[in-house]
Amino acid sequence: MSALTIAYALLFYAATAMLVVGVALKIRSYLRTPAPLKIPTTPAPTTQGGVALRLAREVVLFESLFKSSKWTWIFGWMFHAALLLVLLRHLRYFQEPVWTPVLWVQFFGTYAGFAMVAGLAGLWARRFLVDRVRYISTPSDHLHLALLLAIGASGLTMRFVAHTDIVALKAFMLGLMRFDWQPLPGDPLLLLHLTLVALLMFVFPISKLLHAPGLFFSPTRYQVDNPREVRHVAAWAAALDK
Amino acid sequence: MATAAFETPKLKPYPVIPLIAEGSMAHSKPFVASAAIQQAVGFPGELAEGWEQRAIAKMGELLGKYRSLQVYMDACVHCGACSDKCHYFLGTGDPKNMPVARQDLMRAVYRRYFTFAGKHFPKLVGAVDMTKQVLDDWYAYYHQCSECRRCSVFCPYGIDTAEITMAAREIMDAVGLGQKYSNEIIGKVHRIGNNLGLPGPALEDTLLGLEEDVKEDTGVDVRYPLDVQGAEVLLVTPSADFFAEPHVESLIGYGKVFHAAGISWTLSSKASEAGNFGMFIGNYEQLRKIALRIREAALELGVKRIVVGECGHAWRVAYSFWNTLVGIGSGGTDPFAIQLQSQLDGRYKQPMHICELTYDLIQRGALKFDKEKNDDRIITFHDSCNVARASRMGDLPGGQFVIPREIIKAVANRFHDMAPETIHESTFCCGGGGGLLTDDLIELRVKGALPRMEALKNVVDQHGVNFMATICAICKAQFSKVLPYYGFDMGMVGGVHQLVSKSIRLGEPH
Repeated sequence: MSALTIAYALLFYAATAMLVVGVALKIRSYLRTPAPLKIPTTPAPTTQGGVALRLAREVVLFESLFKSSKWTWIFGWMFHAALLLVLLRHLRYFQEPVWTPVLWVQFFGTYAGFAMVAGLAGLWARRFLVDRVRYISTPSDHLHLALLLAIGASGLTMRFVAHTDIVALKAFMLGLMRFDWQPLPGDPLLLLHLTLVALLMFVFPISKLLHAPGLFFSPTRYQVDNPREVRHVAAWAAALDK
Repeated sequence: MATAAFETPKLKPYPVIPLIAEGSMAHSKPFVASAAIQQAVGFPGELAEGWEQRAIAKMGELLGKYRSLQVYMDACVHCGACSDKCHYFLGTGDPKNMPVARQDLMRAVYRRYFTFAGKHFPKLVGAVDMTKQVLDDWYAYYHQCSECRRCSVFCPYGIDTAEITMAAREIMDAVGLGQKYSNEIIGKVHRIGNNLGLPGPALEDTLLGLEEDVKEDTGVDVRYPLDVQGAEVLLVTPSADFFAEPHVESLIGYGKVFHAAGISWTLSSKASEAGNFGMFIGNYEQLRKIALRIREAALELGVKRIVVGECGHAWRVAYSFWNTLVGIGSGGTDPFAIQLQSQLDGRYKQPMHICELTYDLIQRGALKFDKEKNDDRIITFHDSCNVARASRMGDLPGGQFVIPREIIKAVANRFHDMAPETIHESTFCCGGGGGLLTDDLIELRVKGALPRMEALKNVVDQHGVNFMATICAICKAQFSKVLPYYGFDMGMVGGVHQLVSKSIRLGEPH
């Protein structure tokens, strides 16, 4: 067992733990924090089913973003949809046998890589070209985009330019999951790709990437518009009625 | 004190997003509340040694009490979708009036004290220490937000800057830096019963005067009753309705509607104010304490229904918060709520907006109008922000857009909407909401009205519109003041029930 294999195995265990535990802790803190007042942004759904539809439209179509900025929507939606396909495509490295839907998605996932990079490039361009967005951009905003772009670019390079040993890679990944470590190929491009992915997993729960779970805990979006029909009182506020 | 001269923005034929002009509104700050004003509402009189720690402690407390604040501090990705949505940004170009930048004033401090990245890599994520300079920025720019929620409509995560502004003002109050205008008014509502400080006897006189005026005008004895035990309806309306122009015209209209429909009603000297500035300063205890007056008045008078007059933020508080705060609503299962809810008539919405009441009566054919009496007016409707984005009317989503317009169309012949991107949930704030309706912020108010003034100009030019109806006391006062800056007549603004009042048939004169 090489030092390289051991290092990356530990890196991925740590990154996975950070991602899962970190996001779980954040979600727990969101769950534990009450929303004392009804603040859905209207016109809001008046039923729970309506709220589910509203959230589904936000998640799948980015409805609110579509209303606000077409360019941001195009690049943002393209990036996220492509990322989803790319992630689904990558599932094949984590399963044996590979699920049929994951086989179907291989073709789309492969070329979605380009859409992902294009979307990220568009989003990044806005941070330089639109004066308002330039003003609000922090170093971390640029670094997030750089990180994602580097992941996309290194992945595309391995797929289309300098092939890596994906059979060995898959054995390594399956080995991690089965706690039966297998050697990791020493291809520098692959190591770069994996390092960046691990970094992304590390920063997810401590960065703005929390927008993903955050949407589901945003009272303006998930609350039902029924304040006259149902008395909504948080525990700390109910104490005032006594 | 006179405010410095400033230039009224030019009205352009179509909206233009301004280039950012850093610091252009940094000087705009409302008067600070005196120690006496602060202490009267239970806040420290002034900034004292160690305020920084107290501010951070307060922020921590609010993060634990409000899911909105906690999630909104974390979720923003700086996408910029909101950056061109705030009327104060569009009117001033100051980048700190972009909702995201306004939020970041607090987010920077949040990150520094409450997140891993901000504690260890402050520069990377733009985290800053809580200093006097930061506090000054907060005071300036959290008083350049009218809590209108337009940004929240457009944010992909629904981040609501109003929630953050409210939290910031709550933190500032907690360390002794309060805004004179809002906190003075809150003191007045507790001391006298309404925001304008109109005592009971004066109110009685005013209402008697109204009865005489209406009698003279129509020959009909329309009553404007006060503190009538056992009335069917308690009407709670903004105190500006009692004497300010054009507000009072709508109050006259409410009375005529009740008269024509034969509904017994009363005002209350104890609850002679629908407005609730507790919301503007984000203080739950004040919000509740001010709302409690309405509950107590309803219990004392034994009314069956509670109806709210034309007031935007008051309707938000009534519709969205009253049931939560003081049990005015239905569906309560606890003794506190049941005590009131068993008295109220469950066949009606509780609370009900005056527009819902009038609309229902129109639907049932209980009111008749001579529409041509409003023919001298070509009317448009300004959706008030709190009604549009933080409340509802009727049974369906969007009822708050439909019902006032349907009333206008039932009482007048000539109506034209403004551009679709400036009405309904995309409406622009009047520029004076959220505790900013004070002369020390006049530059901000004039500039913040720009997007609405541009939309108005278009319907004036295209359709000859000469009347902008609205259902908010703050909108009415704000527009009366700023319309002349843009070359319009201040009398162009008025209430929906002002139009109702003009054309409603009252039956035979006595």
